Amino acid sequence: MAQATSPPEVVKEDARTRRGYSSDAAGLGSLRAGAFVAPALLLIAAFLVFPALWVLYLGLTNYRLTGAAAAEPEFVGLANLLDAVFNPTFWNSTWLTVQFVLGSAVIGQVVLGFTIAWLLRDRAGPLKRLVEGLVILAWILPSAVVSFLWVALLDRDGGTLNALLGIPGFPWLLDHPMLSIIVFNTWRGTAFSMMLYGAALGNVPPSHLESARLAGASGWQQLRDVVFPHIRGHILTNLLLISLWTFNDFSPFLLTAGGPDGRSEVLAVHVYKVALQSGELGYGAAVSTIILLINLVVAVFYLRLLRSKK
Amino acid sequence: MAAIELRGLTKVYPGGVKALDSLDLDIPDGEFFALLGPSGCGKTTLLRTIAGLETATGGAVVIGERDVTGVQPGGRDVAMVFQDYALFPHMDVTDNIAYPLRIKKVAKGARREKAEEVGARLGLDHLMDRRPGQLSGGQQQRVALARVMATQAQAFLFDEPLSNLDARLRLEARTFLKKLQRELGVTTVFVTHDQAEALAMADRMAVMEAGHIRQIGTPVEVFQRPANTFVAGFIGSTPMNLLDGAVRGDTLEVAGCKVAVPIAAEGRLTDGEKIVYGVRPEYMAYSAGPAEGVLSGKVAIVENLGASHLVTLDVNDVLVQAVVPEGSEPAVGDDGHALPRRDRALVYRDGELV
Repeated sequence: MAQATSPPEVVKEDARTRRGYSSDAAGLGSLRAGAFVAPALLLIAAFLVFPALWVLYLGLTNYRLTGAAAAEPEFVGLANLLDAVFNPTFWNSTWLTVQFVLGSAVIGQVVLGFTIAWLLRDRAGPLKRLVEGLVILAWILPSAVVSFLWVALLDRDGGTLNALLGIPGFPWLLDHPMLSIIVFNTWRGTAFSMMLYGAALGNVPPSHLESARLAGASGWQQLRDVVFPHIRGHILTNLLLISLWTFNDFSPFLLTAGGPDGRSEVLAVHVYKVALQSGELGYGAAVSTIILLINLVVAVFYLRLLRSKK
Repeated sequence: MAAIELRGLTKVYPGGVKALDSLDLDIPDGEFFALLGPSGCGKTTLLRTIAGLETATGGAVVIGERDVTGVQPGGRDVAMVFQDYALFPHMDVTDNIAYPLRIKKVAKGARREKAEEVGARLGLDHLMDRRPGQLSGGQQQRVALARVMATQAQAFLFDEPLSNLDARLRLEARTFLKKLQRELGVTTVFVTHDQAEALAMADRMAVMEAGHIRQIGTPVEVFQRPANTFVAGFIGSTPMNLLDGAVRGDTLEVAGCKVAVPIAAEGRLTDGEKIVYGVRPEYMAYSAGPAEGVLSGKVAIVENLGASHLVTLDVNDVLVQAVVPEGSEPAVGDDGHALPRRDRALVYRDGELV
């Protein structure tokens, strides 16, 4: 760039005529910088922003997959939202989703992921690689494959679990649908938390832990006084991410299809059922809007906690 | 308060690196003891093994006549200041100082009182509500010291306590630490790679190399009579001249010059044997004119040390250094002559002091 070597007065004149041309770090100016970003922004607009806005709009109509309302949807205002709020099935799904998030994400993945990371922190060699490999394998396999494996594991008659426990015929997915999907999702998602906490624990200064040990602190006291304060930010970020992921997770459908009798119909499954199986796209979109709002509230809650650091 | 004894202490890391090779060491009660050596010599491993942060592979650690070799760090009744001070960032100064007391389940009021008492003694009274992040390096160091003092442990261990301070503060802290240790009278072992620090602070010191202790002694002994060429080269802010030579009758031939046999080596040398002649640049008398028993050569480099100059002479292609007081320094290229002090020069045979 010529500006870099020009005498100051030239730069001044230049800055007046072409404002901001080289004031940014890359020396691009906002126009050219914008041109670089535009393709990505367009794609985001087309595939993320537009569908989101479209869902908000659909939620205000009685749009259906089939029938008269599919041809000429009518604007119904907040009727869909009110329907959802007064619909016990919706509240049942919400309550199941809360159980699902608390059970599989907050308790299951966070606790298990942290425990594995903590136990493996000083280890090296084959054991660590084996455990990490297995946990990550559960995470990287496609949902359809994993679900099939779990169906095979939990199957009533030929299932591996029943064979191992010696109780053939025990219907896990029918008798304990929520427990099944909670354990399933814990197993499936723990890798992320484990890796995140593994990295976070690497940042805890060893001298701090040693200082606590010299003072005579027990394992729990070391966790409380040294480790948790150091990785507080990581814990909150981890909680935020996996809460939202689990909240919107659809893979329970592959195991139980929401059943039996809606007893494992979490919100993501509920939306699928009403919108695509019953064809009530308008109502489904309204429920999606509510999910979006709940996600926002959860995100704001965690971000507040993160910011209140110190 | 207690003495520390090490008996045949050995530490082998997984992979076969022998960090400590059967060390024996006695540190009497109340002594300020320095572990000195280049990086990788095992001095920090030794300190950590005393603390219990590393488990000994062999041998014993005895603190106050109690064998603590198999005891957890928390049960050894020692306190440590870490190189990075290891202050907990989420606790204020009071809580940091009182932390070991909290672990020992001292009542809240009592431990606050103790923290304030120790903090006041170290001039931290106006900082007690701050977090470590709001303190300067020197203040953080005093908080770490206060935490150690509050424990009333039998022995203190300092791991490079001054290395995170800037040069000026380091000198102040050095004096402060020495005074504090003297007042408290607690057996203290500290690790340093800085020989000046060890000489200045320690009552006694051990110089280590590759897992072995090469010399134990007072700073005066170690400085004036290094037991081997390793210690001789390591101690001293200007390294000792270590010159290859040979015994020629009742004189020594060093770098093509004849010098007198040092007093310490008189009568212990045999004619013709190869030796290493050691003399510190501070113990060389420089003159422009020749005399008997001098090392003569051309001035190659003159370095300013402040109140004196370090003159490097090229004596028949061997470099010899001498410290010259300010005002009488020669110019590069001059002929120069350096006369070693007979009472300070040393002779080494096979690397060991004669």
